[in-house]
Amino acid sequence: MKFESPATTNPIDQLKIVGQSVSRIDGPLKTTGTAPYAYERHDVVANQAYGYVVGSAIAKGRIKSIDLGAAKAAPGVLAIVTADNAGKLDKGRLNTAKLLGGPEIQHYHQAIAVVVAETFEQARAAAQLIRVDYAAEQGAFDLASLLDKAKPNPITAGPADTAVGDFAANFAAAPVRLDARYSTPDEAHAMMEPHATIAAWEGDKLTLWTSNQMIAWNKAEMAKILGMRAENVRLDSPFVGGGFGGKLFPRADALLAALGARAAKRPVKVALQRPLMFNNTTHRPATIQRIRIGATRDGKITAIGHESWSGDLPGGKADGAVAQTRLLYAGAHRMTATRLATLDLPEGNAMRAPGEATGMMALEIAVDEMAEKLGMDPIEFRILNDTQVDPEKPERPFSQRQLTECFRTGAERFGWSKRNPQPGRVRDGRWLVGIGAAAAFRNNLLTKSAARVRLDNGGIVTVETDMTDIGTGSYTIIAQTAAEMMGVPLEKVKVRLGDSAFPVSAGSGGQWGGNNSTAGVYAACVKLREAVAQKLGFNSAEAEFADGEVRSGNRRVPLAQAAADGGLSAEDEIEYGDLAKKYQQSTFGAHFVEVGVDAATAEIRVRRMLAVCAAGRILNPKTARSQVIGAMTMGVGAALMEELVVDKRTGFFVNHDLAAYEVPVHADIPHQEMFFLDETDPMSSPMKAKGVAELGICGVAAAVANAVYNATGVRVRDYPITLDKLLEQMPDVG
Amino acid sequence: MQGPSDFELSRRKILLGTAASVAFGVAPRIADAQTPAVPVQAGAAPAISMSKVSFSVNGKPREIALDTRTTLLDALREHLHLTGSKKGCDHGQCGACTVIVGGRRINSCLTLAVMHEGDEIKTIEGLGTPENLHPMQAAFVKHDGYQCGYCTPGQICSAVAVLDEIKAGIPSHVSADLNAPAQLTNAELRERMSGNICRCGAYSNIAEAITEVAGRQA
Repeated sequence: MKFESPATTNPIDQLKIVGQSVSRIDGPLKTTGTAPYAYERHDVVANQAYGYVVGSAIAKGRIKSIDLGAAKAAPGVLAIVTADNAGKLDKGRLNTAKLLGGPEIQHYHQAIAVVVAETFEQARAAAQLIRVDYAAEQGAFDLASLLDKAKPNPITAGPADTAVGDFAANFAAAPVRLDARYSTPDEAHAMMEPHATIAAWEGDKLTLWTSNQMIAWNKAEMAKILGMRAENVRLDSPFVGGGFGGKLFPRADALLAALGARAAKRPVKVALQRPLMFNNTTHRPATIQRIRIGATRDGKITAIGHESWSGDLPGGKADGAVAQTRLLYAGAHRMTATRLATLDLPEGNAMRAPGEATGMMALEIAVDEMAEKLGMDPIEFRILNDTQVDPEKPERPFSQRQLTECFRTGAERFGWSKRNPQPGRVRDGRWLVGIGAAAAFRNNLLTKSAARVRLDNGGIVTVETDMTDIGTGSYTIIAQTAAEMMGVPLEKVKVRLGDSAFPVSAGSGGQWGGNNSTAGVYAACVKLREAVAQKLGFNSAEAEFADGEVRSGNRRVPLAQAAADGGLSAEDEIEYGDLAKKYQQSTFGAHFVEVGVDAATAEIRVRRMLAVCAAGRILNPKTARSQVIGAMTMGVGAALMEELVVDKRTGFFVNHDLAAYEVPVHADIPHQEMFFLDETDPMSSPMKAKGVAELGICGVAAAVANAVYNATGVRVRDYPITLDKLLEQMPDVG
Repeated sequence: MQGPSDFELSRRKILLGTAASVAFGVAPRIADAQTPAVPVQAGAAPAISMSKVSFSVNGKPREIALDTRTTLLDALREHLHLTGSKKGCDHGQCGACTVIVGGRRINSCLTLAVMHEGDEIKTIEGLGTPENLHPMQAAFVKHDGYQCGYCTPGQICSAVAVLDEIKAGIPSHVSADLNAPAQLTNAELRERMSGNICRCGAYSNIAEAITEVAGRQA
């Protein structure tokens, strides 16, 4: 099905099941520990051996020699694979660094060997016996020292340099100006389930039971890396214990399980050890950003410029921190610039809302600062500079844009009017209290997605698609979609996901999964409805599917009867025309945060949080709300604690485990409020839905930062905002 | 509870252990600072030490022969195929492996299986089944107290044990009065649950699920 013109009324609009807050259909499995994650699939293949990964102890250089003697002789060892005996391996298209290093080493903890043994304990013990002689080289590890050497680099959202009007002249001429520099640190996905894979060969066919967000991408990648035909690779990933972008591309677990299994001639399972993950896998790269805003005295932005520097391995990509600045606020004269420095740190790559997440951390502090310079309320400043059209192309409207409504609704619900605009003036016992706000913004991405739908003679509808559920609720919203379309209760729908044998879906990433994958299921269901109508002798345009029946006029037939003499099956995909070119499709929100800052110690506690979002039709308010509050939680982490600390001498992230890389825990997060504005977006898909999972993280950290400023009068532009950055300038507590 | 004399004893053990590892350790080069120092035993393959252990898991007696290095977590997951308990870090940092032993919650990755001779171990599989959920499991479903589901069994085991700890009057770091009966306040709940990380960020919903069950129990 090609989606080329705005959606009109369709069966989804009944909203009997779609749009309802139903509990996750996979909930009983997840809460009882019976949902099978990759490393746990004892049942899929017999005789599984264990792999343990060895990571490089240098960041850059070469392996002069590896002594495997003691490890090979250790009890239980079946095979050891290194670059020396792995055979020819290509590099994947999607990764910057190779998944198996050696003799050249590209980054610290790059995998250099996998030890396969009968048991985990034996593999681990033997891995410690490998002796590596390195020739280390000096690498580049300090982004701040390389800004002059950074090169223009395009980002997903556009070219390295963008310009409209004459930014320089109009910024210089603006009566009120802000020119400020911000920095965001390297961050880790730190999903709870480590990357894990069980690999088994059957002749030249490889099966990977793995934990992955994008099944079709990774099937192709694994085939390319191993020099195989794609049809000989199968991936299965029905449950994924979190990804956040860290499982978009294949990782060393998948490759080393495959190589280990080939060498040991039996199935092998590999999980990346947690302390290895932070340097072995990808991370959100650090940025240094400069934002310039020029405005008239009454607060109209006339010039807005955003520059960002980040670093990556040679051949890598820049963080897209400037992306939202091209679209979020009005202003005739605009520029963005993206520069990339070469670093020898581990690979920087996508993490939840890559680009907007870091960009909004800086931009939404800058907007708060500018409002203060203008003597304006920061929300009124944002509303004054709202735009209903693409500021670079005024002939191109937003499909829906309720940013102002998000702020108005949020301000009322949060009690914004009680905010004291003078910072450092509100006390509650030992706490200095402040509130802050920030916009949320993330684009809605359209990508084709396919599904197969079957009806059996018991009236059960089974959906199969290689879509993944990484905690997003895919199982549930797909079941809701099929139930609504086929007119059956939710219990009559079975959903099977994550198998590369199923039709290729959008996958999970870039908050595109929900809208696109359900639109693909919609397309397949339209086809199945036609097949059912034909089989039962209905005119498909008139047939109504409801309560397990097909009805038209006075005639009603049980749906199952269409499959009485064998199942009916239909497969289709949603593809998109140019609506996204004609209309800018984005999602919007407003974040509100109240913090308390200890007047003596500058300890920061988040006391209240509210997000108001407008993101098209909300397919399941319960699971969508969870996505947003989860993203708000990750945003608090980005604001207050998350930072991969770089050892600039030897080039690695020092705090590479869950004790030292701090993420928010229960005690850090208060009760969170979340409210969706009523919206349907007929430009996005027949579902009229958009993405929401990444919107929630965009802007949160800046709202926290603005609240800290409101509480203390101390402006921190260098994330994370830790108490040491506040202490010297804290107001006199008297 | 650990008495002061227990602490002295364990501190001495730790100091002795540290001294021993310094004595045997190979001085690491800076570039190798993150590689654990291992005594090199050229050519000598250390023998595996096996041991039998008997304990009860979810009310069923189990006897297994294990490599003594096997953690309780790996005994459950890899030997008994009870994979509900999760390995998130293997270092006692995330709480995904939380199980209840003798009525108290522990990180099963931080304890060797052979240390549990005769113990009564309860895992997530022993609380309820998909068809017959424990009230805490049902509350997590109702309040969407999870997303990816990987930390969930640990959160639920912890939550069940937290309510018992409060009932037993065990104070926490945030208890204002160590002599007063412990209360299930928001602060108490969040403090006691903070060893269980949820990267999806379902904390707000988890707190609602636990509060509801606590209310029902009260």
